[in-house]
Amino acid sequence: MSRLLDRRVPADRRVELAVALLLLAAGVLAVGFAVIQLADPDTQLLGLTLGLGALAAATALGIAGRLMVPQETRIEPRPEPVPAAPGEDVADLAAAGSEGISRGRLLAAAGGVAGASVVAAALAPLGSLAPADAGIGSSPWRAGTRLVGEGGEPIAAADVELGTFTTAFPEGADPRELGSPVVLVRLAPGDIHDRPEWAADGLVAYSKICTHAGCAVAMLRYGRFGAHVPRPALVCPCHYSTFDPADAGRVLFGPAGRALPQLPLRLTSDGGLEAAGSMSGPIGPSWWSVRRS
Amino acid sequence: MIVRGLKAVDRRAGGTHPVRFAMRYVFPDHWAFMWGEIALYCFVVLVATGVYLTFWFDPSRHQVVYQGSYVPLRGSEMSQAYRSTVDLSLDNPFGLLMRQTHHWAALVFLAAIVMHLMRIFFTGAFRRPRELNWLIGLVMLMTALLEGFAGYSLPDDLPSGMGLAIAYAVVLSIPVLGGPLGYLFWDGAFPGGNAFESRLYTVHVLAIPALIGALIAVHLAFVVMLRHTQFRGPHRTERNVVGSPMWPGYALRSLSLFLGVAAVLVLLGGLVQINPIWQYGPYEPALATNGAQPDWYLGWLIGALRMMPNWEPNAFGYTVPNPFFGGAGFPALAFGVLFAWPWIERFATGDRAEHHLLDRPYDAPWRTAFGAAFFTWVLVPFVAGSADRVFVGLDIPYEGQILVLRVLWLLLPAVAFGLTLHWMRGVRRREAMRAQQAAS
Repeated sequence: MSRLLDRRVPADRRVELAVALLLLAAGVLAVGFAVIQLADPDTQLLGLTLGLGALAAATALGIAGRLMVPQETRIEPRPEPVPAAPGEDVADLAAAGSEGISRGRLLAAAGGVAGASVVAAALAPLGSLAPADAGIGSSPWRAGTRLVGEGGEPIAAADVELGTFTTAFPEGADPRELGSPVVLVRLAPGDIHDRPEWAADGLVAYSKICTHAGCAVAMLRYGRFGAHVPRPALVCPCHYSTFDPADAGRVLFGPAGRALPQLPLRLTSDGGLEAAGSMSGPIGPSWWSVRRS
Repeated sequence: MIVRGLKAVDRRAGGTHPVRFAMRYVFPDHWAFMWGEIALYCFVVLVATGVYLTFWFDPSRHQVVYQGSYVPLRGSEMSQAYRSTVDLSLDNPFGLLMRQTHHWAALVFLAAIVMHLMRIFFTGAFRRPRELNWLIGLVMLMTALLEGFAGYSLPDDLPSGMGLAIAYAVVLSIPVLGGPLGYLFWDGAFPGGNAFESRLYTVHVLAIPALIGALIAVHLAFVVMLRHTQFRGPHRTERNVVGSPMWPGYALRSLSLFLGVAAVLVLLGGLVQINPIWQYGPYEPALATNGAQPDWYLGWLIGALRMMPNWEPNAFGYTVPNPFFGGAGFPALAFGVLFAWPWIERFATGDRAEHHLLDRPYDAPWRTAFGAAFFTWVLVPFVAGSADRVFVGLDIPYEGQILVLRVLWLLLPAVAFGLTLHWMRGVRRREAMRAQQAAS
């Protein structure tokens, strides 16, 4: 039990009055909160009344705890670990539970087998949570798939201007699938260093999903940042992986470990665009066997 | 009447008299002991506001067309999760106050836990016999980080979907198991199957809060069984505890702190806008926005992901994807060091004794210097996490910042270690001289 070291009794009537007034103020503000809710539920007013009410109550109790009630300092001995009586140690108690058992090792082994199988059995339903068909990195693009806009409308090659980019989706596929969205970029003639035959009418297409962490590569830097940016670049706004659309999606800067997969393009007879083949590699973030797929 | 009720409880607990024990429980007062209490009170506010939010939030990815009161979004396709979050924010009289208070409380909760962790570390309060509580505290910090991220991800708005894409990539990057794990949790390839949203919801509103609640109980039970640690002072020894009893002073002051924390959180929730998801729009995998920042406590991870050079080692056709290093390896190493620290220190100093009196930071210059180095190492990536904002605001080229930060990430911890060691040894020397002069 603790022992009293020091005790002061403030006994100040003015403090008592201040605490009472603050508590009354808290009550008034709380009632205000309820009234505002009925009259005009404005988030700022609700926050103000409830918050200031709590603050008034907090101040009242803080003052009461410091300046109104008796201030004690007590000294208490810390509970000390007492050595166990002979035969009462945890190890002794545990050992006492196996008294008279001679096939201890057999039982332990059998228990281990039972435990492991029960855990395995309990985990088996978890395995069923994963769909059987793994298709990480796959995309619905095939040779002949038409490029359409968000609403399914065909994209005309002539509509994509220099210095802008357009997001396109495969006709008839789920636009929310990671493999679906591609960015269409128009490059100046002669700028396309690698795979010029994959371009159609100066347009190149890349998967819009960053190979680093799966965000959308939603920015095109095109001559707007002066000396910072010597060439057009596709940029992901999450971790700023930067890809070169003129050079097969090569990584220019940032943490991405693989080039952006490219989609070969060709023009259709009506001035639209379609895929001339499938994606050049697995789309989206990498995984353990990404380079085996 | 309250007194009669308390007496009745006391009499019905055998001879243990819990109420009498609680009223006389001694707290050694010190301002630095407040952080754990603040975290606890944030948790209370989080549960209270969170329960309210569950009454309105609809954890479903089922796509609907919005026809609600917010005109700019009318006609857009969105998930039930997003629509119900917009509705509860804009059409429910208390919804926005509750949601913003909940979000602010989460930010302050994590901040208070980190401050509490630093207080425990720099005063050596984790030493024997309190190692178990150190471990429990670290588990709570990890689960609180996951909990915050899960909450940020639930509304299915654009930044929340971007965050989940990154989380998916980090899970996918785990060697061997990444692919199956990602499929397992997301119910298919990203952005996930129908079950994903309800799984995330169960984790956020049931599994993790229940775990944190249980761990808080064990954490506090250990504190009470061992009694509080205390700084050196008059009458204070390793074998006693000196301070204010719970009743009357301490109970009132602690209740005051609870109300103060609640007041600040409600004022923030009412007056300072946070995460206005109706302005961000629903998430689509083909969309991303520049300048989206995660909640502060994930800044170190986004920064680490950004700072990593684009290594992606392959051997025998197998790959360790790049997000593994910044997103999984870095936090695993940081938490690994923290988990092991009580034993590292015991091994280094050979000190196996029980400690109930706290160190001041200069009592153990070596530990303090290590802590300064460690927290510097965790802090540098935070700067990288906001390097894009620095580029926009101050026009310092982003690439240059990252190159410099990579060097600083290796260099600054060593500098912090050296400077802190020198500083703490100086303070300790001066303290010793002062004590000598006072004695003579």
